Amino acid sequence: MAALCEGYTLCVFVPAANRRSSEIKGIEEERDSDHVIVTDSSRSVTLYKVSDQKPLGSWTVKQGQLLTCAAVFNKQTNEYVAVSDNKVIRIWKEDDIILDKAFKATVSADVWSVHCAHRAEPAVLFQRGAVRLLDSLLSAPQQPIEDVLVQDEAIRSRTSVVFTHHTQKRDYHFLYLQRLKPNSVQKYRLEPEEPGLSPLSFWASYRDKNICLLYLYPNGHVYQSLVSVRAPVADDGAQVVPLPRDQLLSLPVGEELLEAASAIFLDDAHVAVVGVPHPSAGPGKDFLCIWNTNFQTLQAAKEMAGKLYGQLWSFSSKLFIPHGKALSVIPFSCPRSSLASALGKLKQSKTSTVVSSWNTILHGEEAAAPKPVESRKTRTTRKTQSSLSLTIDQVQDLIKTAPVEEVEKEVQGLLSRQDPKDPQPSLGQLAMALVSRSLADPKFYSSRALTQLVPTRYLSHSVCPDLLPLALEKRDYFLCQLCLLFFHDIPEAVTCACLKAFISLSDADAEKLSLEPDSVSFMEMLLSNERGQTGLQNGFSPAFCQEDRTDAVDDPKAKAKEKKKASPQQTCPVGKHKAALINEILQTAYSEALLLPHLKDFSSDQVVLFLRYLEFLYLRYSTDGSSQTHGYRSPSLNQVMDWVCMLLDAHFTVLVMSPVAKGLLLNLQPFVKSQVRLFSELGKIEGSLQELSKMKMKKDVGQYSIEVIELY
Amino acid sequence: MGEFKVHRVRFFDYMPSAIRSMAFNSQTERLAVARADGAVEIFNFADNYFQEKQIIAGRDGRSIEALCWVGCRLFSAGLDGEITEYDLENLRPRYSIEAYGGPIWTISSNSQGMQLAQAGCEDGTVKMFEVLEDRIQFQTNLSRQKRIISLSWHPSGAQIAAGMMDMIKIFDSETQATHRLLVDRGVGTSKSQEVVVWSVAFLSDHTIISGDSAGKVQIWDGLTGTLIRTHLVTKWDVLVLAVSQDESSVIAGTSEGTIVQFQFLSSAVGQQDKLWVQTRTLKNHSHDVRALVHTDTAVVSGMDTQLVVRPLLDKVEKYSQESALRKIAFPHLLQKNLVSCAKKAGLLLFQFPDHLELWRLGESDRNTPGESLPVKRKPEKLIQLKTKLQGEDHICCSALSPCGSWLAYATVAAVRLYRLQLSSNNVSIQKLPRELKSVHQLCFSSDSCRLFASSSFSSVVVVALDQTDCKYLHTLKHKSSKQPIHILSPSEDGQWLATANTDCEIHVFNLRKMKLHCSVPAYSSCPTAVSIHPTSGNLVSVHADQQIFEFSLKQKEYSEWSRQLQRQGLHPLWLQRDTPVTQITFNPNNPAHIMLHDVFMFCIIDQSLPLPEAKSKFYNQRILRSLPEPQRLRESHAFKACKNFQHLLSVNLLEDLSLVVVERPLVDIVSQLPAPVRQKLFAT
Repeated sequence: MAALCEGYTLCVFVPAANRRSSEIKGIEEERDSDHVIVTDSSRSVTLYKVSDQKPLGSWTVKQGQLLTCAAVFNKQTNEYVAVSDNKVIRIWKEDDIILDKAFKATVSADVWSVHCAHRAEPAVLFQRGAVRLLDSLLSAPQQPIEDVLVQDEAIRSRTSVVFTHHTQKRDYHFLYLQRLKPNSVQKYRLEPEEPGLSPLSFWASYRDKNICLLYLYPNGHVYQSLVSVRAPVADDGAQVVPLPRDQLLSLPVGEELLEAASAIFLDDAHVAVVGVPHPSAGPGKDFLCIWNTNFQTLQAAKEMAGKLYGQLWSFSSKLFIPHGKALSVIPFSCPRSSLASALGKLKQSKTSTVVSSWNTILHGEEAAAPKPVESRKTRTTRKTQSSLSLTIDQVQDLIKTAPVEEVEKEVQGLLSRQDPKDPQPSLGQLAMALVSRSLADPKFYSSRALTQLVPTRYLSHSVCPDLLPLALEKRDYFLCQLCLLFFHDIPEAVTCACLKAFISLSDADAEKLSLEPDSVSFMEMLLSNERGQTGLQNGFSPAFCQEDRTDAVDDPKAKAKEKKKASPQQTCPVGKHKAALINEILQTAYSEALLLPHLKDFSSDQVVLFLRYLEFLYLRYSTDGSSQTHGYRSPSLNQVMDWVCMLLDAHFTVLVMSPVAKGLLLNLQPFVKSQVRLFSELGKIEGSLQELSKMKMKKDVGQYSIEVIELY
Repeated sequence: MGEFKVHRVRFFDYMPSAIRSMAFNSQTERLAVARADGAVEIFNFADNYFQEKQIIAGRDGRSIEALCWVGCRLFSAGLDGEITEYDLENLRPRYSIEAYGGPIWTISSNSQGMQLAQAGCEDGTVKMFEVLEDRIQFQTNLSRQKRIISLSWHPSGAQIAAGMMDMIKIFDSETQATHRLLVDRGVGTSKSQEVVVWSVAFLSDHTIISGDSAGKVQIWDGLTGTLIRTHLVTKWDVLVLAVSQDESSVIAGTSEGTIVQFQFLSSAVGQQDKLWVQTRTLKNHSHDVRALVHTDTAVVSGMDTQLVVRPLLDKVEKYSQESALRKIAFPHLLQKNLVSCAKKAGLLLFQFPDHLELWRLGESDRNTPGESLPVKRKPEKLIQLKTKLQGEDHICCSALSPCGSWLAYATVAAVRLYRLQLSSNNVSIQKLPRELKSVHQLCFSSDSCRLFASSSFSSVVVVALDQTDCKYLHTLKHKSSKQPIHILSPSEDGQWLATANTDCEIHVFNLRKMKLHCSVPAYSSCPTAVSIHPTSGNLVSVHADQQIFEFSLKQKEYSEWSRQLQRQGLHPLWLQRDTPVTQITFNPNNPAHIMLHDVFMFCIIDQSLPLPEAKSKFYNQRILRSLPEPQRLRESHAFKACKNFQHLLSVNLLEDLSLVVVERPLVDIVSQLPAPVRQKLFAT
């Protein structure tokens, strides 16, 4: 998990009255990552040593002059470069005390910024889009500067790291990617977001020979675009190429659009965002957040005092953020090997790679999923309710006092009014309030409200950690199932607690539960297949497979015996409702190392029952190809195998001793054998595949070659 | 054993032309193949499918549509409206007769070989010709119809079935009465298009089988005129039908490149009533199958420039010569003529139908084994010589003298000799003596002072060349056979000239005395390459059945090595190769070495080493490479085959002992063919 450490203030500045923008013009890295130069928006440039929190030097231009762009440090020459009054380029060294005595050169056009990539020559970007290397510019400062941008087009922002800038022409946004050696420019057109929205911030980083651009729109959408550095450049850059983009995040922004915010990459999976409200905190508070783009989760957040200006820099695992009257430095850590990606089993999303039956291809999709049709009734109720509706804050207050029925009614009303496209982070607060009320008041428990809140997907276990234990405690298994289904970050301990509760649930009790219909119908299908004829799929015969699994025992007696042994296991050891709950557990994300200790807490009876069920699933899957090709959400064969392995790992000694488990273990042994055989076959294939790749490709000899051959 | 610098040449973009028509003579087992450029090739099926004759009488815009054997005489007809008979001894057209019926689509002879029928396109008549001793004579016209595409004689010779647009007509050749069978058009969009009956076959039980452009193969009762059965074979056209000798099997070639076989089988075992049943589908071609021949054991077909021989054995139990599929990509005789190499000057001459190209090889200055060397100087094209001789006849043979200063080529009607002065970039044409007229092989002596030309009636004309002019010296003749000479091979010292003809004879002439020295004892298989050893004076010959002989010219008997080779027998893998050896050269540095090549390998035979045992590994170069030196000597045998180079047209040894290998990869040929009919494949 990424974390934000305790920050400290690097400097304090006096905000000018009625200024909306920040006092900081720019921060650039100096000789190493511990030194930065801060250009403030008035007249001075200050060099700080970050770890000591103290300024090492400061340079100021004369009264009446103004620094118009952030100063940069040229690491090759150890010089600072800044621009004052748009046209005067100033270059000085650390020893120079008075800026006015240092080198000055006046150029013929207005400068937008000076740019100095890591260990590269500084380059100057003019306001009309032209780019010059500093050296060549200074050799003839009055050289004419051409206009690259057309009329009405203006630079809106530029990024460091790589030389790109972003321009706006009416409602169109363009991105210019300038290559300095050889000098070429490529123009990209950004895909239009909703009309009137222009990107708030740009951030570029260089990664795997690609330039990775990150940009944030006021509606909270964060996009990433990859531009290959080696991409062929159009002749004169006149060709405008549309820039493909991927949406990385859709940040919850509340009702209003963002005004000042920015997003930057911390590493390839983490994005730091400033100026976007925290999903579960109220509006009006300013947060610095780190989001994980892989899992779409909020990893760390920090409330910043004072006004945020939507500015953010990051140098060597420190974030620099101006807020209120101060510039704060906040160290952060983004461990690369996040728990989920390194150890854990990610929640497997059902991919469409399943082999569909030829029957469905030929006879059309008969069992097409019915579209969720919004009934007129709900629409009308929504309308009538909206007149006397309560806001979220009001509902939240209501939860603290009102009886269950009223709370449920209001929550339902709130949810039905809500535009499904509009993300509502404050639903988290709502759930928190409900849970805390339930914890505090044993008589209060609103299952309906919670079961409505969980599927909105705005909740997660980290937002509302008490929800699932509460549901367990209240024996609200439907809610448990929903939580397991919609939460991606349930700790292994809680998962195990759920599993334990599910297993020890009696079948009679389970039958009374109303569960998620999909999961139950999956089990119904599995159980009906068990009795009915297992249909042939694409010519595949399960009997053949079974025969194959008996490891080619030639003795017919042994074969019959084997079959007899296997057949009783084909009955499901648990009821379908219970099985549906357990299936949900099988599909959750977990990490083995963390799960194992909790698994050891199980009693041997529970383990045997669970193993029997897993064995049943395995048998169904391995004998019937179609059980995984229906549309239902179901545990995959791999997940079943993983759980079998983990259970055996955790309880092997106990199971070996227990007489009850003996038959079970004997039955499991052929699975292992068949798995081992599968893998050995795969290993063989691997060998031949490797040989294939080793095989020398017949090289193209072309039209003519002179070779030397040797005959023996 | 030896290291060779190899010039690997792939820039010769020779394109074989598509096969248009074929005719098989079952008496002589000769297959005549006509190509789109007008060339006619004759393959001897009795002798390992070796191509023994090549008649290049083609010219631009003249294509042969149909071929027909009448006894041992070969006739062709084409869209120019002429019927041509070929002189198979002198390899040229004997005469052409205008049929006055517009373009001719098909010709066919009755089984008695007395009458030749042909159909004209524009006026749509079937014209009957009588075959006389020395010519054909117009006999009668059968009534005017629509354009006639295909013809088939009833074996009795009394009736002719003619396929045309939308119908098949049956003529009685005596009474000229006709009746018609109407052929259904295709379904769907092709309903509005006329259906073309591309091919008909008239069987002796009066069954008529037709193949048409709607993709149907239909079986008719010729007596009642009823349709018995329709087999829809393809979405495109059924272009050609071929019937086996015993009329129990019919094959149909389609424009998808497939061949579909039908067999006349009884529906149940022991029952008498037989049906035509579709039995198998073969696919050996990427393009249209325009020509098909059904012999007793094999289907021969050709379109995408290759001739494919596909044995139709019902059960193949083990791989054998008979069951193997053969693809003849390059006509064997043409292959010998396509590339000439000037050994001393390092020049290559490439022969195209209408022009010649002279190239100088590139150079490299380094020598590292197993590598391709940096090319210091690229090969350059020195001369491109266009022919505009006597209309637009195609070049049938060409030769380049070893010194690189003479170039000769011949068409069916004329011979040209050029003197090249490459230093001054000057090409001058030389006047030739009258005796050089009809020539089908050209060859220079190794000192470039003599030009040998195989001429009509198995004679060889010798012409002396010097700086200023050339004069006729002598005509070498022998009495035994009139078959054309297909190999000319002068010895290095200028004393001997070996000739081989398609009657399998090899004659050796003494050039000093200008008379026949001796004849090598005739072997049953046709020689494919003959060469005389520069030092020992032994004549080495390789035959179509892959046998190798060495004949001592001094003792006039087979050499000891040759006898031993015959005693021990050649290695089975050597005998199983299906392309003939087309060239033999000798290594002047090592007199024991004989270098030969076929399309898929070149091989050095070291006469000093033991012959390979039948059980030993034949292609053992890779194993030998991995062995240490002393063991290598023990393991190696006489045949050192190198398969690094494929689709070889020619392998030559230059004077500096580097090899010139001219390859023409089939992939390159295929890539230049027109696109085949588009087929929807599954999941595309």
